[in-house]
Amino acid sequence: MENKDSSKISRGDLLKGIVKKGGLMMLGGLPWAAYVEENKEEEFVLRPPGAVDEKKFVESCIKCGICVEECPYDTLKLAKPGDDALTGTPFFTPRDIPCYMCTDIPCVEACPTDSLLKDLVSDDNNDKYDINKAEMGVAVIDRKNCLAYWGIRCDACYRACPLLDEAIVLNFERNKRTGKHAMMKPEVNADICTGCGMCEHACITEKASIFVLPREKALGKVNDDYIKGWDEEDESRLDSNNIYIDKNQVEKSTLDYLNDTGSLLNDE
Amino acid sequence: MMSNLSKYRYLILRRIVQITILVLFWGANRYGWKVLVGNLSTAKVLDSFYLADPLAVLQILATGTIISLDILIGVLIIVIFYGLITGRSFCSWVCPINIVTDSAAWLRKKGYGEKGNKYLKLPKSMRYYVLGLALILSLVLGVAAYEVINPIGITVREIVFGFGISATVLILIFLFDLFVLKNGFCGHICPVGGFYSLISKFRLLKVHLENDKCTSCMDCKTVCPEVQVLGIVGKKSGDISQGACTNCGRCIEVCEDDALRFKFF
Repeated sequence: MENKDSSKISRGDLLKGIVKKGGLMMLGGLPWAAYVEENKEEEFVLRPPGAVDEKKFVESCIKCGICVEECPYDTLKLAKPGDDALTGTPFFTPRDIPCYMCTDIPCVEACPTDSLLKDLVSDDNNDKYDINKAEMGVAVIDRKNCLAYWGIRCDACYRACPLLDEAIVLNFERNKRTGKHAMMKPEVNADICTGCGMCEHACITEKASIFVLPREKALGKVNDDYIKGWDEEDESRLDSNNIYIDKNQVEKSTLDYLNDTGSLLNDE
Repeated sequence: MMSNLSKYRYLILRRIVQITILVLFWGANRYGWKVLVGNLSTAKVLDSFYLADPLAVLQILATGTIISLDILIGVLIIVIFYGLITGRSFCSWVCPINIVTDSAAWLRKKGYGEKGNKYLKLPKSMRYYVLGLALILSLVLGVAAYEVINPIGITVREIVFGFGISATVLILIFLFDLFVLKNGFCGHICPVGGFYSLISKFRLLKVHLENDKCTSCMDCKTVCPEVQVLGIVGKKSGDISQGACTNCGRCIEVCEDDALRFKFF
């Protein structure tokens, strides 16, 4: 630099400047990125009703906390650094306070960023809230520690469930050990369970033996080539995956197709 | 006594404004007041419209998310208010971190802190790199990157929704400002202040210097958290026009010569 005109910057100096600034930005950026990445990879977080999927949720939530303020049961909390959710975003811990399924869903109503989406918790015409459509998570039973599976009579979760006899049903079985008692084993219907966590809150074991997990953690997924042929509804799974079946192309009924031996006997 | 008090008139007013805003946010959560609901990233005002932090929204947009019209209008109000009218006054009149860093600067002036920035020298422009980095990281990581570590957000959220780690963060900033770098956080690192600096160049409210009255005592420069904006002091009359000026008014109230005043337009 000593004997150069200060108004002119040589190519070498420019390059050095870029390398220096770029290097310093990486020095700050890498640990920052690592912290953010670590902070956002909380896979077992339960979001308020109507929440868009987790990836979109952490993108769009502006961390204003208005949903938390609207929640009349103090169910929702804003994550602090160290909590199991991206800092500043709302989540809930059902064992402490479950979602009590308000029919007017004030948290969704209040969200200014559409991170909680009305459409996801509305009836089919999108004109009225239907909290039973919420998919906050799904309850999972630990059969090893559930007292009902031991044969001890407990139906705390079944009674606590707001969709009694729908989301949790009791299966009656003979208690083979005693030979004279019934077992009343709870079972969760994942299609109906909203993940509100009232069962987890009610469970009487020291650590809950029924607990809510995010649906993508608790549930498997069947590939498209398995369809329940006995269930007309099940074929709609294909439509939702944008696989197009042109029903007009199928000219013959299945039976006609199988009985059609014409092309088989043709040796040409 | 009165003259003594008038040397702190803006400081006292600023503290009142800062604390009132926090109390309103807190009361919204605690008692359901509807004046200011939310926090400094997004607030609903009087149950009718939103205000939104432009930098937070920029980061959200950088993740590729489309944001609602309500929020965009809230951003527009904020950008017009600070950018075109009151300048970077968010930093000195609203932000609660300002109370912490002002205290550190005051103790430093009293001689309790480190002197002369021996350990660390950073350019004032670093905040713009932090801002750029915040947007790049938001794009790459798919989450508003600065909002995860933003001490303003962490502090206000915890004052409103219950305490956690924010005291640690505040102590860290306090010690950094006191013992490592003068005006270290607000003056060098914080991209929120950087953002408002960038948009505040053409604001209406400015500090005006009448050089005829100025005796070049440099009292203003000892209290100013962004000394470089006072470049014209002792040289020529004019407006303090740089965007980095937070319009805190400290220079005005300490000036014994009455050479500085707020000028609107």
